[in-house]
Amino acid sequence: MSENRPILQMFGIHKRFPGVHALNDVRFRMFAGEVHALMGENGAGKSTLIKVLTGVYPVDEGSVEWEGRPLHLRSPLEAQQAGISTVYQEINLCPNLSVAENIFIGREPRKFGKISWKAMNRAAEALLAERLNVKLDVTKPLDTYSVAVQQLVAIARALNISARLLILDEPTSSLDRDETNKLFEVMRHLKKQGLAILFVTHFLDQVYEVSDRITILRNGRFVGEYLTDELPRVELVQKMIGKDLELLGGMPKRTAAPGEAKPPYLRASGLGRKGGVEPFDLTIGSGEIVGLAGLLGSGRTETARLLFGADRADQGRLVIEGREIRLDSPRKAIDRGIAFCSENRKSEGIIEDLTVRENIILALQAHRGWFRALSRRRQEEIADEYIRALDIKPPDPEQFIRNLSGGNQQKVMLARWLLMNPRLLILDEPTRGIDVGAKAEIQKLVLSLSREGMAVLFISSELEEVVRVSSRIAVLRDRRHVRHLTGDDIQQTTIMQAIAGG
Amino acid sequence: MSVRWWNKPLFWPLAVFGLLLLLNLIFKPEFFAIRYQNGHLYGSLIDILNFGSPLAIVAIGMTLVIATRGIDLSVGSLVAISGAMACLTISRGDDQHALSLVLTAVLLALLVSIALGLWNGLLVAGAGIQPIIATLILMVAGRGIAQLITSGQIITVTSKPYNFIGAGWLMTLPFSVYLAAAVFLFAAWMTRKTSLGMFIEAIGCNPTASRLAGIRSRSILLAVYMFCALCAGIAGLITSSNVSSADGNNAGLWIELDAILAVVIGGTSLSGGRFSLTGTLAGALLIQTLTTTIYMLGVPPEITLVVKAFVVLAVCLIQSPSFRRSLTRGIPWSPAASGQEVSRHG
Repeated sequence: MSENRPILQMFGIHKRFPGVHALNDVRFRMFAGEVHALMGENGAGKSTLIKVLTGVYPVDEGSVEWEGRPLHLRSPLEAQQAGISTVYQEINLCPNLSVAENIFIGREPRKFGKISWKAMNRAAEALLAERLNVKLDVTKPLDTYSVAVQQLVAIARALNISARLLILDEPTSSLDRDETNKLFEVMRHLKKQGLAILFVTHFLDQVYEVSDRITILRNGRFVGEYLTDELPRVELVQKMIGKDLELLGGMPKRTAAPGEAKPPYLRASGLGRKGGVEPFDLTIGSGEIVGLAGLLGSGRTETARLLFGADRADQGRLVIEGREIRLDSPRKAIDRGIAFCSENRKSEGIIEDLTVRENIILALQAHRGWFRALSRRRQEEIADEYIRALDIKPPDPEQFIRNLSGGNQQKVMLARWLLMNPRLLILDEPTRGIDVGAKAEIQKLVLSLSREGMAVLFISSELEEVVRVSSRIAVLRDRRHVRHLTGDDIQQTTIMQAIAGG
Repeated sequence: MSVRWWNKPLFWPLAVFGLLLLLNLIFKPEFFAIRYQNGHLYGSLIDILNFGSPLAIVAIGMTLVIATRGIDLSVGSLVAISGAMACLTISRGDDQHALSLVLTAVLLALLVSIALGLWNGLLVAGAGIQPIIATLILMVAGRGIAQLITSGQIITVTSKPYNFIGAGWLMTLPFSVYLAAAVFLFAAWMTRKTSLGMFIEAIGCNPTASRLAGIRSRSILLAVYMFCALCAGIAGLITSSNVSSADGNNAGLWIELDAILAVVIGGTSLSGGRFSLTGTLAGALLIQTLTTTIYMLGVPPEITLVVKAFVVLAVCLIQSPSFRRSLTRGIPWSPAASGQEVSRHG
């Protein structure tokens, strides 16, 4: 296959946004009849590259060659006309229309100006049977079918006659095992017809199952292009994260875990949620820092949300301080002494319209109820105390939080939860997007909190950081807890091997 | 961050308010005349306070609902229901002048209003229906309920104590002005001395983050819709007692739109979050002054609504920072840029 000329070649692609160099000298190519996986962690530039490729963004610099000719896309419509079709993560179909209508909407076959329903239904059936190898009753409304079938219909819709390149952005994120297999069958079938398929996913197993070629991006830069068979999993993970195994070999690791003898603060057994994270066992003791490691989308955040009651578990048991409990709301978790700093600071953490002071006292005040208001003086004392303790800048409690930098907003979130004096603190990516100094401060703070007896669940994409602070680590892959590491096993090498898996 | 004076939320409504007064000063100086007669103050300014009080009261309730990212379209119907409920109770009594009867009627009307507010709140917070649809139900059905209560007639009462609510005077000023002031002070106290105001802003600004911070948004939403309905109920009592009758069809007609307008003019965003009760009060006064001014200046009745619309449009445009910038720089107005600008100033 690789001796063919590529149908798509992109060279020296640059894309800048205010303050971000989203694509920095990126190369990318696609071959007909191949499934090409685009890999990278958060912020690697995958979605920007796709948007450039589909005409959503213009390129700032660089050249795109499509079927041997230079290509300048100005809109998604032009991309479609050129033969580049996309199926986005959220399905953009009309659930109340029939399958055939969804496939042909906007380009219905007409006869004397009237829609010819018969011709449309026949064409839809033929399209599904020949190109996707599936048989459906195309006259039934779309929402009578499962999400997986809807996904297939979306693909059928994207495949007009001229389509040469199909982009599938996270198509499997809401599918179960069988549905994913069905989708892969269709992908292989399309591949045989000479279609080039660009596949974006967070699931490593799926990459190795279905793709022929892998391109890796990191921080907006091109890392490399490899044939899937020639790239071992561990290497893939290293290249995505940007660490070399040899260099990491002798990292020092934390000594004995404190508080192991005491009964654990929290014990989850078989806790899980369909579509979120597969059932897992996890214990966290008081004074212990448990790390969660894994790639983006591996189920780390989903685990945290179950333990905080932000999502409801649909199976398994949760025991907190010896008592079994069903967490169905964050309130309940907070009442039991759990605090959760979300990774999505902007959408799930700060309240932009409120001041630093109000953001700090929000959880405590919510816990007290609206009528037992903290006096203004008490609020100011608290705010001043935490602004000083965490060195929040600017040190002005009446400043609106949206005017603070990311790192300082993060400190305000920490202040909000530390004020609750929690027994378990869940930190999801507490150091993402903040500068090195603030990062070290937060790590130090976490260690000192655990020495004072607080249980901490620490989630981070940076292995170095997880290794440094954790006394135990649970490693996740493809929404499963795959390994628990303790003692001398807590090393970046072992974590990376566990993430890469079989 | 220092905010320039023309970016303060209250500046523009007050500026337009001042402009209206200036217009009156030039063309109708008698606008400012206040006479003292039989222990009462009379004059256009007093009329504005008097006639504006139902709108101000409804708008105060509406402010809190809008701050939660909601809206309450049913307040006009609630005005009608509350007045109908009170007048029906009084008209059925043996002695219409008995204070106990009037108090019972008032209490009953307000309880019904609160119950209907609870219904709105349950639809929004319990059933998760969009506020505009949820309250539209009662907006339409409420008119029907009001007419059922009055049996399709206009109920007239002769009760003196009831008439006092909307037409009485206390210490030289109309009684309704005291009611509006009381509602305003109560709302201000509730939102700023307890943490209700902060929770309302948090829910309106970021519902997800509020839930994760442990705020009971459901009960707060219920309370806010109930308070808004209570405000509408009080406004309904003033409106119906002022004319000693209940008109299920026309009482409070379109008041929801004026109330929403007052809130927006007062600087509270329809997308929820930060709210200003003082701003709403200024907005309500502005709308009432405008109405009175139009009459005073002798604008022909058939074009009053158009004039009113233009003034409101002017106020809304001039409040938008990007529109003001385009005026000074002569560049085309882009709403997309305005969103960023607003969030930066805050």
